[in-house]
Amino acid sequence: MSEILTLLDDPAADQERLALAGTLGVAVGVRVVGGAELIARPGTVARALAHLVADRPVAAVILPAGLFGAEVGSLLALVLGSAVITDVIAIGRDLTATKAIMAGTARSRARVSASPAIFTVQAGIDVAPSGAPAEVVEIAPDSAEISEARVEVKGVAERTALGNRPDLLSANIIVSAGRGAGPDLSAIEELADALGAAVGGSRAAVDAGWVDPSLQVGQTGKTVSPKLYVAAGISGAIQHQAGMRGSALIVAVNEDPDAPIFEVADLGIVGDLAEVLPAAAAAVRGL
Amino acid sequence: MKIIVLVKYVPDIEAGYRFNSARRLDRTGEGLLNQLDEYPLEEARRLALELGAEVVALTMGPDEAEEAARRALQMGADRAVHVLDDALEGSDAVATSLVLAAAIGALGGADLILCGAGSADSTTSLIPVQLAARLQIPALTGAASLTVSNQVATIRRDQDTRSLELTAPLPALVSVTDKANEPAYPSAKAVMLARKKPVAVLDLEELEVDPAAVGPGAAKVTVMEIEPVPPRAGGQVLEADSDDVVAAFVSLLQANALI
Repeated sequence: MSEILTLLDDPAADQERLALAGTLGVAVGVRVVGGAELIARPGTVARALAHLVADRPVAAVILPAGLFGAEVGSLLALVLGSAVITDVIAIGRDLTATKAIMAGTARSRARVSASPAIFTVQAGIDVAPSGAPAEVVEIAPDSAEISEARVEVKGVAERTALGNRPDLLSANIIVSAGRGAGPDLSAIEELADALGAAVGGSRAAVDAGWVDPSLQVGQTGKTVSPKLYVAAGISGAIQHQAGMRGSALIVAVNEDPDAPIFEVADLGIVGDLAEVLPAAAAAVRGL
Repeated sequence: MKIIVLVKYVPDIEAGYRFNSARRLDRTGEGLLNQLDEYPLEEARRLALELGAEVVALTMGPDEAEEAARRALQMGADRAVHVLDDALEGSDAVATSLVLAAAIGALGGADLILCGAGSADSTTSLIPVQLAARLQIPALTGAASLTVSNQVATIRRDQDTRSLELTAPLPALVSVTDKANEPAYPSAKAVMLARKKPVAVLDLEELEVDPAAVGPGAAKVTVMEIEPVPPRAGGQVLEADSDDVVAAFVSLLQANALI
């Protein structure tokens, strides 16, 4: 039976991707040994994966969605003469991949007509956890004589953005701040605390410095699909909707009755979020 | 010093778009310069003022892509090059990076190649690293800031829990995110000056690229189906001063077992 190589990089999402791989063939985890410099070495990781592919019966390679995964996939496709489909949300047994396109306004089903097929897969995909422990291969890529070896890591600054709140990609509920929500986010945080929710933000809220960049939702941030997304002071530009329109339920609070966010909200509240959110938080705490 | 900025003409998603019978995006409809390409253009404009550099905008696409090139000229590029060839329609990332590498070669290379973080139509971010690999130059991707001095490019790249400072010697490719700057809206004078700037057109023969290496025949992804996502039906909209607002929110939470 063919193997599905799965690059491991994040304990939570790794289990999902290994479970997905297990539905397609024999799941084999690949752990890359290295430090902070790996982020600048996608070509080195791609070469190491290409060596594994040459030695094993590999039908597909699954990579994490995001810039690094896309870069590894892109360079692996170049080395192997294959192709990569990015930001996949489902893969069928025939290796047909489903993804959102055109800022989330359409979906495509596509397949790679070369072997192995390469995919980057989003976190939070709908797949039943697999009980079977997968084989894990460790690779320690050489700093090969390729051009990216000239990239150097000069500094690493740690940031802590999350506090005690749930992770954006795995949260059931996200309360998200927009241009109309700051600079004081206490109403957003109060409702998030009452609901046990993650806090996110639109690009405007991130650019204003109110929300950490790692919590940005939208085209240039994260794509989320929680059970409930509360958009507070977010007008709902298409770039923001691209990151959240897959949410099961959307509640919008905005002072502007014409904000486009109301067109996609299951419940829209026209008014001052500094009054509405604390009242909603108090009601939730009182239950 | 020479800076090449990669720019793309993309459909205006809000104005509507079409896929043709081969399930490929119709790239000849209403469109515009990819919004995320404004950030590398602004970086190039700033670096050109700082260091003294020629800025060349490079695009590949149908006739309509000239609009993206023109916009790049308004935003400060000195000249533009448009790779235009009927055989290019339906090219995948591997073919696109091949053609762009050939075009950059035909332009005599560059000290710095700048591009955006992704395009509005696909947001795959596959091209930058392939192009750098083909040109055998280092790539610094996802730059939230960029400085260039003493022939070295330095960027900040933000990850979820840390920020990295990365450097590479020139020549290098840098992809710039929307965190890097605030693009200036072109002045009336810049728009007028741009009309006189040249847009050169190159085809595959001039680039010595085999047409069999590009287009749908060479693409290794087969699209089987494209379906529109049904628009979300807007629900109830309430005024905040009505007494029902909090009750409606709580009953929505309860009905969906969220509390």
